[in-house]
Amino acid sequence: MKANLKSNLAWLGVMVLGFVVIDACEFAGLINTFIENMLVTIGINVILAVGLNLIIGFAGQFSLGHAGFMAIGAYATGIMTQTMATPAGFYLSMVVGMVIAVIAAVIVGIPTLRLRGDYLAIATMGAAEIIRILINNLKITNGAAGLFNIPALASWVTVYVLMCLTTIVTVNFIHSRGGRAVMAVREDEIAAGAMGINTTRWKLAAFIFGAATAAIGGSLHAAYIQTIAPGDFNIMASIAILIIVVLGGVGSVTGTFVAALVLGALDTILQNFGTVRMIIYSLALILIMIFKPAGLLGSWEFSFKRLFNRKVKGVAEHE
Amino acid sequence: MSNSPLLEAQALVKNFGGLTAVANVSVHFDQNELIGLIGPNGAGKTTLFNLLTGETPVSSGTISFYTDHGVQPLNGKQPAQIAKIGISRTFQNIRLFKELSVLDNVRIAMTNHYHEGFLTSILRLPKYYQTEAAMTKAAQELLAIFDLTAVADLPAKSLPYGIQRRLEIVRALATKPKLLFLDEPAAGMNPEETADLTRLIRKIQREFHITIVLIEHDMSLVMNVVERLYVLEHGALLATGTPQEIQKNPAVIKAYLGGE
Repeated sequence: MKANLKSNLAWLGVMVLGFVVIDACEFAGLINTFIENMLVTIGINVILAVGLNLIIGFAGQFSLGHAGFMAIGAYATGIMTQTMATPAGFYLSMVVGMVIAVIAAVIVGIPTLRLRGDYLAIATMGAAEIIRILINNLKITNGAAGLFNIPALASWVTVYVLMCLTTIVTVNFIHSRGGRAVMAVREDEIAAGAMGINTTRWKLAAFIFGAATAAIGGSLHAAYIQTIAPGDFNIMASIAILIIVVLGGVGSVTGTFVAALVLGALDTILQNFGTVRMIIYSLALILIMIFKPAGLLGSWEFSFKRLFNRKVKGVAEHE
Repeated sequence: MSNSPLLEAQALVKNFGGLTAVANVSVHFDQNELIGLIGPNGAGKTTLFNLLTGETPVSSGTISFYTDHGVQPLNGKQPAQIAKIGISRTFQNIRLFKELSVLDNVRIAMTNHYHEGFLTSILRLPKYYQTEAAMTKAAQELLAIFDLTAVADLPAKSLPYGIQRRLEIVRALATKPKLLFLDEPAAGMNPEETADLTRLIRKIQREFHITIVLIEHDMSLVMNVVERLYVLEHGALLATGTPQEIQKNPAVIKAYLGGE
């Protein structure tokens, strides 16, 4: 229990430190709109990719429809905050987005999670396209033109806090009885079933969890960028999130953070290179995949508990 | 006690297209019994296991399981439901959760014996720490009984073959079964490992008071530990009886050695 407390406090320290550093830079004028935009994009990408990593890396279900759930969150916020332009309205819209995303995930998940590998990827991709095309053709979503002048109700602080919260909740889930059941499904579905684990139920749980976090990411995106259109949530958007997960390491939350930071920074730096940007970006991806096929960190996780244990052992050996 | 029935399967049939893998097989396992299931390759032994554990649906026939709350039919139930009722198994080709630690392999099998709400786990309420501690303690106790404490934190894939087989048995026991199916537990083992396994199986039956059914080709193991045998050939039941009776049975000798 003491070790738990120590590691929890250490993580709290890291989160507060991160906040203070960004806040100080902001205060000192080191962060212009451009950099802030980059940081917020990284934060939203972390939220999206952590949720997708739960589905792909921990539950082992290859989903290509993450942008669809993100779109649901974004449009819930975009539509609702036009009549309720208050922080309370924003958070209410986020919750509504999550609820709709969860319902959509159940409807999509129950038939498709029986499929495996490529088939599941195609089915989830199709589901995300259906969501996008619905949004494209509805009146309430303003069709293909999308929504603009969405009230700016999310600052970098909102994104930072929600990034920390979703990560904590996801990591807590992974390290619980449910998280282990989900990983058992990934490792061997037949053996998991024979050990009494209801594989359909736990796969669906991970899928719903991921969809809900994607909706949060979408809400933040809408409230920060202030403009959304159906085209923002196409298959390329799903693949962009997938790239973060694969590059960081499938099954490593730490890796997702590292990859989101690296790719976010790379993307920003390469803005100066004009059209060559996409070529360099792709080359960087290819090189990382050649030299680090399991992703930057594989399935390695940073853990304060392990770090403290090692220190204690080190000290004991010295004495 | 030893004569009260635990599982009764009547006239089981399994067809795969035109192939009849199991043809009209009836078996019964009693409480606390140690039963062997033998037969030449392709006789339908593993298929029979898969039928009894719900892995493959039966084409026809009934399976009844005797619990404290009366007789339960197992037909049409999913493997997870059957595991909850009290049947566990190991696999012919080891199916551990390879990337996960030995401790986690055992804790996963205990999932159904502990309950905590979703909010409890994601908010780490005090109940979360209690459940984690209780699960870890129970798993460690089980690992200690089978001398696996030293490897508890290693990934399952890093263990030597014989230990992986043992871990699979321990994982199956962690579900607290009343009936345990072992599918060729001695496959690929050297004589020394087989001798260890023989002791292990006796120990499990003695200390856990459960019924064990094993498929095995290693006759030294089978004849040594089991009390009763079923012999399958071409999906049909060829003979049943004690090891001594089976060894003298002319039909069995013919099936194994061939000839007139």
